[in-house]
Amino acid sequence: MKRKSKEKAYHVIALVVIAIALIFYLIPVYWIITTSFKPYMDIFAMPPKFTFKPTFDNYVGLMTIRAMSDGKMKVASASSYPWQLLNSIIIGFVSTALAVCLGTMSAYAFSRFPVKGKGDIMFFILSTRMMPPVAVVIPLFLMYRALHLIDTHIGLILLYTTFNVSFATWMMKGFMDEIPKEYEEAALVDGYSRFSAFLKIVLPQSVTGIAATAVFCLITAWNEFTFALIMTTKNARTAPPSLASRMGSSGVEWGQIAAGTFIFLIPIVVFTFIMRNHLLRGVTFGAIKK
Amino acid sequence: MNVITASKSRGMQDYRLKMMFIIPTIILLVVMNIFPLLWSLVLSFTKYSAIKPDPPQFVGTEHYTQILSDSSTWAYFRTTAYFVVLAVAAQFIIGFGLALLLNRNFRGKSFVTPLMLIPMMLSPVVVGLFWRFILDTQWGLFNYLLSLGPKSLFVVADGVNRFAYLIDFPYIISTGITDGLQKITESARGIIWLTRPKSALFSLVIIDTWMWSPFMMLLSLAGLSAVPKYLYEAADIDRASSWFKFRHITLPLVAPLLYIALLFRTMDAFKLFDLVIIGTNGGPGSATETVSLNLYRRAFESWNTGESCALAYILLIIIIALSNIYIKYLNKARSGS
Repeated sequence: MKRKSKEKAYHVIALVVIAIALIFYLIPVYWIITTSFKPYMDIFAMPPKFTFKPTFDNYVGLMTIRAMSDGKMKVASASSYPWQLLNSIIIGFVSTALAVCLGTMSAYAFSRFPVKGKGDIMFFILSTRMMPPVAVVIPLFLMYRALHLIDTHIGLILLYTTFNVSFATWMMKGFMDEIPKEYEEAALVDGYSRFSAFLKIVLPQSVTGIAATAVFCLITAWNEFTFALIMTTKNARTAPPSLASRMGSSGVEWGQIAAGTFIFLIPIVVFTFIMRNHLLRGVTFGAIKK
Repeated sequence: MNVITASKSRGMQDYRLKMMFIIPTIILLVVMNIFPLLWSLVLSFTKYSAIKPDPPQFVGTEHYTQILSDSSTWAYFRTTAYFVVLAVAAQFIIGFGLALLLNRNFRGKSFVTPLMLIPMMLSPVVVGLFWRFILDTQWGLFNYLLSLGPKSLFVVADGVNRFAYLIDFPYIISTGITDGLQKITESARGIIWLTRPKSALFSLVIIDTWMWSPFMMLLSLAGLSAVPKYLYEAADIDRASSWFKFRHITLPLVAPLLYIALLFRTMDAFKLFDLVIIGTNGGPGSATETVSLNLYRRAFESWNTGESCALAYILLIIIIALSNIYIKYLNKARSGS
């Protein structure tokens, strides 16, 4: 009986600590979102304002370029931010799809077949993920310049795919190792080819791993800054370097940065929330003994 | 006879599939990683600038000796190491601790857990920008919230901030004890976070911990939720203490995933670049100049391509050595459990 009440007390304390942690994690996010709806004067108010009249000025300012005409500031044209968001979406999702696809395939091969020097190759694949981007970016920059891949979508997609494929291979191999071989072997006996056994038996069982891998790959590609900063200038520029550049010239436009951030945040958060039930069971890295 | 040909064709089929599945990945990695790395190895022995038309000029190991004998390089490595140790330790403690707490059933769990992951979904650029705003000495939210609480909270936060300053003995010695003490007694209005040398690095640790402890939490939680319940039940029958259960059931089973989480976080912390360039731009002075940031400056601000390739190689060797150590422990933990 005493043990029961002690456990209950622990439970309550745990929930309180979780609530505090949640607040700690979410306050900055809350601040970003509210700042994006604040009028200019309220952003710098001290003490900070928690109630204010919401306005869309920051969003309008972010999405448009204004110019003087007839003595008034008027919206002249759309700014480049919507295009940069579109670039982020194209580059982020395409490279994630490619990386997960290639990673799943190579993970399957490494998991099921004998490969000469498997341990070394796996370590090599992992080590490419460990490389600091600034270490490879110099020769890549020279290479891209020679191949005219600077500031192209395909250039960034290739880069992010490379970056993520090693991670995807590693994560998926851990997951595949835990899928029992017996099902596919039974299918092979039934006359399935190896490839159709992979498609029809293994893939459906790997959905959880694939979803979790995709979340991590998308987070990396979506938010990548270093390569995007160095390898793009205009056409293929994604949102992160664009947001960073808003810090420059005429003072920091916190309202617009907040607005840009909020819009930029929505796709990735929605994606992760859709995948949330796969996340926990998907990250095994082969490190969990069943 | 029939069986043998069948298994033979099966073998061929498997071989073809294996190659088809592995080769695209390998080609991509070789073209996009190995080739550039070899190229930069060659460049690291030459004097070359990517924006000048002159071809690379062989200079031998000059860059390496020059970089390694430069005391400021070591300062950047020290800064980086300081950051890595503090940030990864804090993320580990907070992340694993939260995972232990979250590993229970309560209403809204499937909602709370992904909400906690939001920080790691943000771009480091956004995080750097916004924490700069939040940590501002005068109109930042953080100092305001601290000032709302009891005075003691403020003092504690300031103390923690200064602790980071205090444990850096070389700095104290170089600036003098009185200066150090004076800094400790100053400031009643607002805590200076990002604009004072040692606090700036410490603030980056706080920001990085905010951002990445959820990652640690997620991986720990994945490990914890896979520990079979019957092990605990068996231990309960034996009236084992909570500590015993933690030490002998939970920890060994979760250890491999913890090593993986630590490996990823250590490597990423070592590469710290985007958060610094946005958050402090290496300042004030060069207090938060990490190796990666310095590498970026050498490569794309002063355009010393050859020299920066040499520094990149030094960094690479350290990272590979570090990850090897981790993987050794990981394999030990994996075979041990």
